[in-house]
Parts: sequence; structure tokens; C-alpha cells
Amino acid sequence: MNTDDSWKLAVRADVLRLRARIIRAVRHFFVKRHFLEVETPVRIPAPAPESHIRPVPSDGWFLQTSPELCMKRLLAADYPRIFQICKCFRAAERGDRHLPEFTMLEWYRAGTDYRTLMSDCESLILDVAADLGFGKTIPRQDRTIRLEPPWERITVREAFKRYATMTETDALRMDRFDEILSCDIESRLGVEEPLFLYEYPAELGSLARVKADDPGVAERFELYVAGLELANAFSELTDMNEQRRRFEQAVSECAFRDGLSYPMPEPFLSALPRMPPSAGIALGLDRLVMLFADKSRIEEVVAFPPESL
Amino acid sequence: MYTASDLRKGLRIKIDNDPFIITEFNFVKPGKGQALYRCKLKNMVNGNQFERTFRSVDVFEAADLQEKKMQYLYQEEGKYCFMDNQSYEQVFLTEDQIGEAKNFLLDNIEVEVLLFEDRPLGISLPNFIDVVVTKADPWAKGDSVSGNTKPVTVQTGYQLQVPPFIEEGEKIRIDTRSGEYLTRVKG
Repeated sequence: MNTDDSWKLAVRADVLRLRARIIRAVRHFFVKRHFLEVETPVRIPAPAPESHIRPVPSDGWFLQTSPELCMKRLLAADYPRIFQICKCFRAAERGDRHLPEFTMLEWYRAGTDYRTLMSDCESLILDVAADLGFGKTIPRQDRTIRLEPPWERITVREAFKRYATMTETDALRMDRFDEILSCDIESRLGVEEPLFLYEYPAELGSLARVKADDPGVAERFELYVAGLELANAFSELTDMNEQRRRFEQAVSECAFRDGLSYPMPEPFLSALPRMPPSAGIALGLDRLVMLFADKSRIEEVVAFPPESL
Repeated sequence: MYTASDLRKGLRIKIDNDPFIITEFNFVKPGKGQALYRCKLKNMVNGNQFERTFRSVDVFEAADLQEKKMQYLYQEEGKYCFMDNQSYEQVFLTEDQIGEAKNFLLDNIEVEVLLFEDRPLGISLPNFIDVVVTKADPWAKGDSVSGNTKPVTVQTGYQLQVPPFIEEGEKIRIDTRSGEYLTRVKG
């Protein structure tokens, strides 16, 4: 059998050039706004325990599932505006929009909440679009998406009211929240223009602050463009005891699921009381490339999907 | 046993005592949410299709499918009878289960019967069979009006297009996958 598949790489040239340009534009966007680019270790002893994210073990430690904890330690050490573009790893995630190794863009701002990050998203995507030569619209799967801000903002409650047959509270109680969100709701989000889905039920924001006047709701949003989930953001939780309690709960759920006991990220927890009120966001860079390259499968925007290795 | 992470297109699993084949598959996972495995499944007994979303905690039994060499015996009131020549065990399939293969069921022909826990689901024929032409118009040399082929009927009742030189009583080879004429068989 002929194993030379360099033609597969060759046909990706346009997308890979676009990808490089997007990364350059993203970097430029943050540098221009006086964000400090940082690098944190990819291999860490204790990732944030999360019920539905499985870390990849690496010689006794783990590959990071996100750079979140180290970046927040930098926030706590008085780095008020930071960003990072890095590889993250999540076990057993492979689908049209998932790679087990993917590229994440994260940025954090001290002294603000998640609403500022919504404006950041609007400016960032408009900036990148302009850099790539798009106007105020981009084509996506035979439709046109308007990028003119402000973008639509709807709460999770409203989305369930519009597109589902039950409330988000009932969906959670019946353990059908994720299923309804991904099967019935997501494809309808951000179809005309990008959309922020915000105010998640508190139990779905493990590292997020709850609303001051409504403890049942987490200050969390997701950015959707043309049904594609691009980014997840929080007003960050800074209460160490509450964070420890949530981590312990997640650790016990993970132990039940994987039969593994994940360690507590103690240095992060002890830094938390020094962390100023902040907001942080993680944006999937591969998906951003999917959006601008108008591709529907994530393997189309990387040089080497895992199956090719 | 399979877990949800084993699910993929073409996998055959057992649900509520029926065998299903996965015809479409996608992994989805809303941000920070649980992994979901969206599948389209086809019931291998009655052909019914449906969509279902599985979770990582779901487990599946493999569908116990096997192929067995059997001999075609006879057809009666839409039931097709096949026999295992070792055990003399007989199974019956419906016309729907036989499908297009009914055009090529020669007496005593050996086929592979697909079985699910001893229930027959379908058959696969040899790729090529030789059959006798039972009805054909005579070849009028130089007759180009009818084009390059002419219709004939073979011993199973099946009709197909063949080159004009094929005569009644001759043997021809048919590709059972396409149902098309391949060649004339001498002797």
C-alpha cells in the first residue's frame, strides 16, 4: 500500500496559511491592547477537577486540559491582563468539532466581569475578520453572518424557552440539559449574527462566580457563531473555600467515573484569596479557523489529525 | 461488551434483543458538559431506522452475528427454505429478507445465511452464477435495429440484457451483485 499521503497535506495549504494568519492577527490584537503573552507548563500535577473533562496522564502528572489554573495564579500575582495560545489535551474527545489535542486561546482581565469579555469577543472577531480581508460579514455554509456589534445576548433560560420543550431547570433535574442543548438548541444559535448564551445554572460553572442577586445563576457565557460553540467565559470565582468545595465534589464524581483519584491543585487554591475580581475566557482556536475557513469538520483545519499519525 | 467510546459507523450492537447496525455516528459535547454519542441505527431484522443519543456510561452488547453455509431447497408461499448440510437444520426467510437474491436462487445453490442468535436475517450469494437461458429471440444476423443487446429469460425467471448471439438453451454467467451478464459459458 502506498503510505505517502503528502497530497493530503498539500491540499490543506490554503487553510493552513489562513490558520497562521488568524493566529498572527489574534496575537496582534492582544499585544495592541497591552495584554502580556504568557506561557505556562503543559504538563502539570493537578488539573482543575471537572466532572466531564478527562485529563491525559503523563508520567505521574497530567497534560493540561486548559491553562486556567496557572494563568489565575499569575492574575493573583498582579499580572492584570494576560493571554496565552497553547495546546490542551482531553482524553476520548474526537468528533466533528473535537480533537483530543487542540489549540486554545485564553485571556484574563483583572478588575472586571464577564460582560467586558463579551466586548472583547466582538472586537477580536471583527479585527481578525478585517485582517483576513472580510468586511462586516462572513460566509458560513451558504449563509451570511453579520458581525456588526453589539451581538445578540440571550440567557440559558430564554434559549430553553425558545427552542426546547422543557425549562432548563427540568432538563437539569432529568439529566437532559447537555443533550437538549447540543441536539436541539446549539444549531439555532448565532445563525444571523454571533450570539452570547449567558447566565448558566450555578452547578454548570465550576470555576465561575454566581450572580450577586441570584445565587442560582453563574456568571458564565458561551459564544456561538453559526451553531458553532467558540468560547466559554466566566466572572471568576475567588472564594477559596467555595472553590475547594466544588473541586472536592468533582473529584468524587471523577473517582466514581474513572476509578482514579485526582489530586487537589493546592497552590492554585492558596493563591485564590489574593486574586482580584477577574474575568477569563477560553476560545477554541481550531474552531475559529473552522469559522473563517468555512469548514464543518475540525480535522480540516489542522495539518495532522490524530488518525493521520 | 462495548462502551460508548467504541461506537462508530458500521458497529453492530444488540438492543432489546434485536441486532442494530450504526449507520451514522457523531461525537458531541457542549462546553463543560458531558460527552454525547449521536447515532443513527438500523434494525437488521426489520430495517427500521431511528436516531438515539448515548452517553459515556452506556454499555452495549455486541450483536452475535454469524454466517453459515446453507443450501437452497425450495420456495413456498413467499417463504424460502435453506438447509445446513451438516446438521440438516432448516431455516426460512421471507421474500423481503431475500431481496434481489431471489433472482439468482438456483435449485440446491449454496449461499451464506446471516444469522443473529440462530434467527436468519438475510443471505449472500456467490458473486457469480451460471444459468441456462430458457427464453431468447433467435439471433438474426445483421439485425442492428435492436442495438447491441437483447432481452432473455433465464432458468430462475430472471430477465436481463445479453449480447444478440446468445441463444436459447445456452449457459451464461451473471454477476449477482450487479445482476449483469458477464460471459457465455461453454459446455
